[in-house]
Amino acid sequence: MSLLTVSGSPHVYTEDSVSKIMYGVVLSLIPAALVSFYFFGLAAILVTLTAIVSCLFFEFIIQKYLLKGPVTIFDGSAVITGLLLAFIVPASLPLWMVVIGSLVSIGMAKMTFGGLGKNIFNPALVGRVFLMISFPVEMNMYPKPIPMSTQLTDIISGPTPLAIVKEGVAQGENVSDLLPQVPEYVNLLMGNMGGSVGEISALAILLGGIYMLFRKIITWEIPVAYLGSVVIFAGILWQVNPEIYVDPLFHLVTGGLMLGAIYMATDMVTSPMGRWGMIVYGIGCGFLTIIIRIFGAYPEGVAFAILIMNAFVPLINRGFKPKRFGEEVKNG
Amino acid sequence: MKTFTLGGVHPPENKFSQNAPIRELPLPETVTIPISQHLGVPATPVVKKGDTVKTGQLIAKGEGFISANIHSSVSGTVQKVDEVIDTSGYRKKAIIIKVEGDEWEDDIDQSTDLIKDCALTPEEIIKRVNEKGIVGLGGATFPSYVKLMIPKGKKAEYLIINGVECEPYLTADHRLMMEKAEEILVGISIQMKALNVSKAIIGIENNKPDAIEHLRKLLPGYPGISVEPLKVKYPQGGEKQLIKALINREVPSGKLPIEVGCVVHNVGTSYAVYQAVQKNRPLLNRVVTVTGKSLKSPSNFMVRIGTPISQLIEEAGGLPEDTGKVVNGGPMMGKALSNLEAPVTKGTSGVLIFSSQETSRKTMLSCIRCGRCASICPMGLEPYLLAVLSDKKRDEDCEAERIMDCMECGSCLYICPSGRPLLDHIRIGKGAVGKLIRSRSH
Repeated sequence: MSLLTVSGSPHVYTEDSVSKIMYGVVLSLIPAALVSFYFFGLAAILVTLTAIVSCLFFEFIIQKYLLKGPVTIFDGSAVITGLLLAFIVPASLPLWMVVIGSLVSIGMAKMTFGGLGKNIFNPALVGRVFLMISFPVEMNMYPKPIPMSTQLTDIISGPTPLAIVKEGVAQGENVSDLLPQVPEYVNLLMGNMGGSVGEISALAILLGGIYMLFRKIITWEIPVAYLGSVVIFAGILWQVNPEIYVDPLFHLVTGGLMLGAIYMATDMVTSPMGRWGMIVYGIGCGFLTIIIRIFGAYPEGVAFAILIMNAFVPLINRGFKPKRFGEEVKNG
Repeated sequence: MKTFTLGGVHPPENKFSQNAPIRELPLPETVTIPISQHLGVPATPVVKKGDTVKTGQLIAKGEGFISANIHSSVSGTVQKVDEVIDTSGYRKKAIIIKVEGDEWEDDIDQSTDLIKDCALTPEEIIKRVNEKGIVGLGGATFPSYVKLMIPKGKKAEYLIINGVECEPYLTADHRLMMEKAEEILVGISIQMKALNVSKAIIGIENNKPDAIEHLRKLLPGYPGISVEPLKVKYPQGGEKQLIKALINREVPSGKLPIEVGCVVHNVGTSYAVYQAVQKNRPLLNRVVTVTGKSLKSPSNFMVRIGTPISQLIEEAGGLPEDTGKVVNGGPMMGKALSNLEAPVTKGTSGVLIFSSQETSRKTMLSCIRCGRCASICPMGLEPYLLAVLSDKKRDEDCEAERIMDCMECGSCLYICPSGRPLLDHIRIGKGAVGKLIRSRSH
């Protein structure tokens, strides 16, 4: 008989692992990816592939030659960063810009902090914000959806629904006159609108979110608090003056909100650990999103809102402790 | 269905031996009976080398309030009183007896007839439980008579009986409830009398529907006792979790169940109490589950205290080729054994055999801050934080984060997708904080 192993209890471990969680997220993104491939065609496929491959490549280079440590590119986290980065840029973005975005996401936002689990800010969002500031023109040209298109050049682009409403209102037009210029709500829900690669179809993203809830990769707190507070804050403004402020449903199905609330804000590494912290964080994201969308310089506020709230996560973790057993004595 | 509210996990149950009837294990050639098989002060040997002892004879006497008598589980000659490696892995003093025949003390009733009526007064019951060396058989081995004595100013309302057996693999309590149900119920009635309570609740997880049904059928003869099925969730057998699940009361941090009017005993202990009070029989043997995926015949044995664990494994089909780890107890809280000759003690509820493949921990990766450890902690702690604080030797912060509330159920280490040794760090932290607290009181 060989020697017996002696170690502390417990002696059984869950089947779940980091890579299973990560690839679960990847799997849940497939519906959203298919929708975007349908509406934006070959261009979306190329952007997505470029982002994934370059994220993997940069993580490999950094881990192997800069850090000279173990290479963990197949744990799935770099694939998610690549996918999500691709999902939040326009399909018409030149591929070399996608590569730069990936370098910023992986190199600056993730590896400089020490890799998976150590980063403070969501890597994909950092990449997007970097691109938005560096290449404002390319990042604001959103292709119009043409089903099954294989066109890569001369893509017709136009403003996103959010931009139409925001600029219209700024020029003194009424919301009720502007809404006919954007696709109907059913189309917005399905994803038939101008926007970033993967954030267009609220429905496909919700589907992925339900899968992740089912797999217990995410919990309900952040998405519900985020989306709920967007509805409430947008609803209050809408009640105040529906001709200046668009209705909350419009906010829900446009822009990056659905993707942000379900995939970006719930990123385990950069979100709070406890239930009440998650709810506070979600509400903060919702509040900031509406503030930026309505009063800010950009039509879309999801990326900034989540990044700002990311910075508050350590503080939130400190301030909102879980309910301890035996803390409040309830008898009866 | 009832269960506790905060946290909890559900590891695969793997109760391979749940239908294996309890078998009497043949007497070993020698028994090794450690003098410290209980929580508290070790007992003092009252026999010496060369003495002949009978089955049930007192061989070591409990010292002080929290301690327990130890009786010979066999008849024979005391070979020596020496230090041996016990199930904890440490060298401990033990009485080693060569087995000769099986001659019992005369005052022990060896019959299996059920005796329902108990004429003893509560004081006499408590005295008997103390004399016969009964300790909690769920694993913590706290002297049972102490729990039957209610501190001044407190009042017990409920006797809670733990038939949960939430540890995966183990089936000892399950089999006992199936085969010795009447004895257990009489034992519970006796404990109710000692505590002067009118209500007793037996909590059983609903993965044992046969036991729930069997006990319920017998309940009409035992006033005041009820059976409550519980949703399967680990660690429901923790006494604080069990009280929460059954009567929705929370034992305050650092306090005992009596604080909320409860006394918790295990079904195995209730059976031992029955034996002690009705049959005048000391704690000589106990049910031990011997199980594992690659073991030939997972079994439940009635084993004399002091039998080497290797003999149990032999009887269950021998140690499989691919064995990598042998655990004394369940997979969540059991201790890995370094020595298979270590004896079965009062606290041995199971012997669990893992293959080397099953037993290896995951490769440790970075914490991905998924927060699962905090969401499943049944005490509402933050294991990821405690592990870091302990690692950084920030003992005062550990204390403020209530590290001492941790009961080491192992759920955090079980659930961690990054394979981080959370509980190992927390154990170290608890040790340091314990030292800190002691230094303050001096």
